[in-house]
Amino acid sequence: MIRFEHVSVTYAGADRPALCDLDLEVAEGEFVLVVGGTGSGKSTLLGTVNGLVPHFTGGTLRGRVTVAGRDTRTHPPRELADVVGVVPQDPLSGFVTDMVEDELAYGMESIGLASDVMRRRVEETLDLLGLAALRDRPLLTLSGGERQRVAIGAVLTCHPRVLVLDEPTSALDPGAAEEVLAALQRLVHDLGMTVLMSEHRLERVVQYADRVVVVPGDGAPPRAGEPAELMRDAPVAPPVVELGRLAGWSPLPLSVRDARRAAAPLRERLAALPPPPASLLETSLTPPDNDVSSRDAGLVVRGVTVRHGPVTALRELSLQVRPGELVALMGRNGAGKSTLLGAAVGQYRPAAGSVRVDGADPAALRGAALVRRIGLVPQQPADLLVASEVRAECAAGDRDADVAPGTTRALLERLAPGIDETLHPRDLSEGQRLALVLALILAAAPPVLLLDEPTRGLDYAAKARLAEILRAVRAEGRAVLLATHDVELAAEVATRVVVLADGEIVADGPTAEIVVGSPMFAPQVAKVMHPVPVLTLTDLRPLLATS
Amino acid sequence: MTRGAGSPRWLHPGAWWVWALGLVTVASRTTNPLLLALVIAVAGWVVSQRRSQAPWARSYAVFLRLALLVIGFRVLFSVVFGVAVGTHVLLTLPELPLPDWAAGVHIGGAVTAEQLLQAGYLGLQLAAIIVCIGAANSLASPSRLLKSVPAALYEMGVAVVVAMTFAPQLVADVGRVRAAHRLRGRRTSGVRGLAGAVMPVLEGALERAVSLAAAMDSRGYGRTAGVSPRVRRTASMLLLLGLLGACVGVYGLLDAGSTGPFAVPLLVAGLAAAVVGVVLAGRRGVRTRYRPDPWRRPEWLVAGSGVLAGVVAVAVSLADPVALVGQYSPLAWPQLPLAAAAAVLAALLPGAVAPPPPDVAGAAAGRVPRPDRVGAPA
Repeated sequence: MIRFEHVSVTYAGADRPALCDLDLEVAEGEFVLVVGGTGSGKSTLLGTVNGLVPHFTGGTLRGRVTVAGRDTRTHPPRELADVVGVVPQDPLSGFVTDMVEDELAYGMESIGLASDVMRRRVEETLDLLGLAALRDRPLLTLSGGERQRVAIGAVLTCHPRVLVLDEPTSALDPGAAEEVLAALQRLVHDLGMTVLMSEHRLERVVQYADRVVVVPGDGAPPRAGEPAELMRDAPVAPPVVELGRLAGWSPLPLSVRDARRAAAPLRERLAALPPPPASLLETSLTPPDNDVSSRDAGLVVRGVTVRHGPVTALRELSLQVRPGELVALMGRNGAGKSTLLGAAVGQYRPAAGSVRVDGADPAALRGAALVRRIGLVPQQPADLLVASEVRAECAAGDRDADVAPGTTRALLERLAPGIDETLHPRDLSEGQRLALVLALILAAAPPVLLLDEPTRGLDYAAKARLAEILRAVRAEGRAVLLATHDVELAAEVATRVVVLADGEIVADGPTAEIVVGSPMFAPQVAKVMHPVPVLTLTDLRPLLATS
Repeated sequence: MTRGAGSPRWLHPGAWWVWALGLVTVASRTTNPLLLALVIAVAGWVVSQRRSQAPWARSYAVFLRLALLVIGFRVLFSVVFGVAVGTHVLLTLPELPLPDWAAGVHIGGAVTAEQLLQAGYLGLQLAAIIVCIGAANSLASPSRLLKSVPAALYEMGVAVVVAMTFAPQLVADVGRVRAAHRLRGRRTSGVRGLAGAVMPVLEGALERAVSLAAAMDSRGYGRTAGVSPRVRRTASMLLLLGLLGACVGVYGLLDAGSTGPFAVPLLVAGLAAAVVGVVLAGRRGVRTRYRPDPWRRPEWLVAGSGVLAGVVAVAVSLADPVALVGQYSPLAWPQLPLAAAAAVLAALLPGAVAPPPPDVAGAAAGRVPRPDRVGAPA
């Protein structure tokens, strides 16, 4: 179906190819997963399938890519629209119309299908992806998972034989991701669709793939093979695979189910151990803190209600984050997580209730006074950046926070060593950019730090680095509130988990208690090891060493 | 009110635009305040009857505010810069002496009732036109209008629609970036604060534009059928000349002062050339249309009522050039020209005969764009 013949791509001005000597044949009906770190060339690989690389992006492509017999050299993307369906990373940026039904029809209109064919295919696609109830909705009012399914539906109506998806579940909460993956599964199994997809969150997808292509990103050619075989030494791996590697299981388990079966002896062995000393679970417990003086310390939200127009985003919500606590805020898209963070920094004025950051109302603070009390890493960290060089950005940060020159730069060196300070901040990798934003915020040493979905677009290495940073920040006695969909990160670093739904708190307690009990929020290792009380590999490693 | 209007569906956007342009024609031919007020009232009532809950429908309030602003400015400018007309002096402002080379420019001085009325009438005329355009805008979805645009103009139409969807996103982006800058302890108000937000917002908009272009390209936008260059060139020329002719003709028709004998023939010839050009150019695209809006009886009635109002107003003013002019010197109570007023009242018809718009599910349920997209801080 797709043939890559010794394909290399070099972008203009780059000193080494973004994609190097890919030789691969994808058969019809295969589900191929492309894995690799950030910036390893995954998106470039996906772009070559319908000719966006190099027709649209520029650069030089050596070798040959053919899809269903059509050479991308002679067929620009628009001439491949009826064979390859491409779902962009951010579905919203790819929508052309404003209503669901029109969006589904757009591609068919472009390739000139007859009116009655379009009518039929729109109805079929609405049913296939469970979108019938949304047909008259404006696209802007859809949730993340719904948008992603509409984006998939919009390319499906042209009846492509290949579907290309660039990180379809990265921005989604676990529930919405399952919706999208279930839809994809159905396409592969019922319709024999060929799917080529990249994803950072391997724990969600690797068990569905027929084949994995590892893009190493260091100039070596990509490798393809059976998932269980390749994941053995892939540079990125989900927790369940890491667990398998650690325990030396063969074949390597890819899903929780496989791992649980392989783990039976290990669980027995660990259950026989004496109960772990409390210190091992320390990270999962709230520090006892009954000190009266700390009653107003950290972030205190009392009975806050926030409305966006007719919608009540937060309902009389109360929450305190004490110094030295790291609270993970979870819940589906639109549950009010971002609004709560916005209210905490004084961006939204609550209709009722009060917000106090170390005793002060953040909405009344400006300039350095605000920066020194609270910091927020927004969902798009780049929003905070103003300069065209890392060096200038750090200098501006020193001035904004009113600290000694060089503070921010030194902090950045600690968080992410070895960044070229003449680069434009937009040219940094996602992880480096996040480190830069964190350095800018932490330079002012705010006692309260908030993060909104910081793991979006981060690979496992960058995520592990972030977890380390967060633990260090907490250890310095700061209060940290982390809104995230990433159950693995939450289990790794949080002392407490708060679950929001519809603007209200539905669960609040120590991490171990909340996530283990929930099928949605339990990390993979916890699912595999249950009832042994471990949440993550970090918890498990010392146990394995003692047993 | 919905009796006889049939089950909910979207009326053809072209019908709404013809209706609104008919009212615009009336407004452009008259400065009579009563007639203008009637035009505004008619447009407002129809909007209140047939507006949907879709996002674009909310733009009406913006147009109303703009209309008020126009009247205000017109009167203010007349007070400050205007030359006194008539004899009823209301107040005398201190006059700013200007050097000789600025002869003709006039600041301050006496302000007369006639002068204010004149400015008010002219402002009201412009306001009525704005309100009518606003009505069409909030009644007809811009993207549905695009679907009805001839294939030859399709690419131009796409640019317009993309620009229209980008504008609100840009506003949301500015809000988001300014909120972020506040978090860095930077100024967010004033010129410097705004200037700081410009670069990140433009960068973001550019990135989005590029990804939209990539998405459209990979979805088959711009596939063409083979058409000889000669046909293509002829089509473009006919289209250009035709539109030019039509514009001149329309100008001649609308400008009550300069109706020459050539206006009507020029308009007709221009339109004919444009239609031929559009048809020829349309052969180039392979696009088809999904569920095109039908043109049925309600569309005829809606468009017809607007055309009737426009034609009657033009006819009345051609027959008697001063019939529709609002009199301000000497001061007099305005009279309502009955024939024109009746024709404008006919434009109320759409409020009853147009099918009601369908329920926009998400908007009706009170769902708004997600907070992260709204993002404007208090």
